Amino acid sequence: MPHNNTQDTLVGLFVAAGIASLFFLALQVSNLSSFTKGETYQITASFENSGGLKVKSPVSAAGVKIGRVSSIVFNPKTYRSVVTMEIDAKYKTLPDDSSVSVYTAGLLGEQYISLGEGASDSYLHNGSEIEFTNSALILEKAITQYLLKSADEKKDSDDKKNSPKK
Amino acid sequence: MEFFQYLGAATRESFTKLGRASYFLIGMLSGISSVLIRPCLLLKQMHSVGVLSFLIITISGLFVGMVLGLQGFYILSRFGAEETLGVMVAASLVRELGPVVAALLFAGRAGSALTAEIGLMKATEQLSGMEMMAIDPIKRIISPRFLAGFLSMPLLAALFSAVGIIGGQIVGCGLLGVDDGAYWSQMNANLDFQKDIINGIIKSVVFGFVTSWIALFEGYDAIPTAEGVSRATTRTVVNSAFSILGLDFILTALMFGDN
Repeated sequence: MPHNNTQDTLVGLFVAAGIASLFFLALQVSNLSSFTKGETYQITASFENSGGLKVKSPVSAAGVKIGRVSSIVFNPKTYRSVVTMEIDAKYKTLPDDSSVSVYTAGLLGEQYISLGEGASDSYLHNGSEIEFTNSALILEKAITQYLLKSADEKKDSDDKKNSPKK
Repeated sequence: MEFFQYLGAATRESFTKLGRASYFLIGMLSGISSVLIRPCLLLKQMHSVGVLSFLIITISGLFVGMVLGLQGFYILSRFGAEETLGVMVAASLVRELGPVVAALLFAGRAGSALTAEIGLMKATEQLSGMEMMAIDPIKRIISPRFLAGFLSMPLLAALFSAVGIIGGQIVGCGLLGVDDGAYWSQMNANLDFQKDIINGIIKSVVFGFVTSWIALFEGYDAIPTAEGVSRATTRTVVNSAFSILGLDFILTALMFGDN
């Protein structure tokens, strides 16, 4: 069968377009480009409540992503949730008295771990555990507390108003 | 009683058809090695199956993406979450609409053409003529077309999704004022390569296999008359649509059912 150059070119263009769109999907649309599996080290922290934190949630310091959550397990002895994080090996000068908090990105956004600065001279290393943790803010809990508090205040003020009459 | 006789006959018919189809599949797959020796056969079919479907796929993809952008914006803006438009458009395209709609279009555009071509070859006794010349028509005619369909489908589905995402961006960011950076970065953060992209590609590979198989088998199995070919073409489109949608449900349940 004779080769048809135009046909070859058209098929070539088609295949190239298809492969290019696959690459587009892989790199631009999904997180493959930020999924560089570089050197990491693991640190753990135990939270009273890790809220809606998920495996692969980002760990950030001062707003910059420095790692990911690699596992979340419940420790039935201490009744706390133990979160293991993989931190990029580039950041190996994090003080070992840093604190971690679970925050929410935006009102309805995903939850992430934020690393607060410490002042110690010794650094976090593979396997070290962070002592200072702040649990996730549970909205229902906060609202309940607020309502109870305002109800108490109201009761107090009512009592004060009523007491002179008695 | 007549009803049961009819039911029994229909069951027997469908089983023999399934048997013929499986036998045909084995012959078709074993012919692939001889296609790879003569890649110009494959190239010609890639042209008629893939390149000629290019336009309908890209234009449909663009419009589907634009509609998703409009509809998504309408719903998301109620919750003040317009920024996640990119996630919605990309996830629905990559996971579902890309593979499924591209496969339905592929069955309509390329599958029906394959059935009509093979059916007419059978009706005009070209296939028997080849057999007389000791050329296996399955190896020479069917296998290259199957391989071309099987290879083109994932590429077409990826094109559909990519063009659709750009269409969603044109409408969302250009027309409705969603932030360009938020569109892409939210998409980037929330779509997973393994879970979304790879599963979408697996879907399109399965659909490409099934639609090409159905189209070629219906053509090869057609009653060699004008009416028989026309019926076979209809059956190709109907059966492809059923199997694409049914398989899509099963695949989705397997891939995304666990969370």
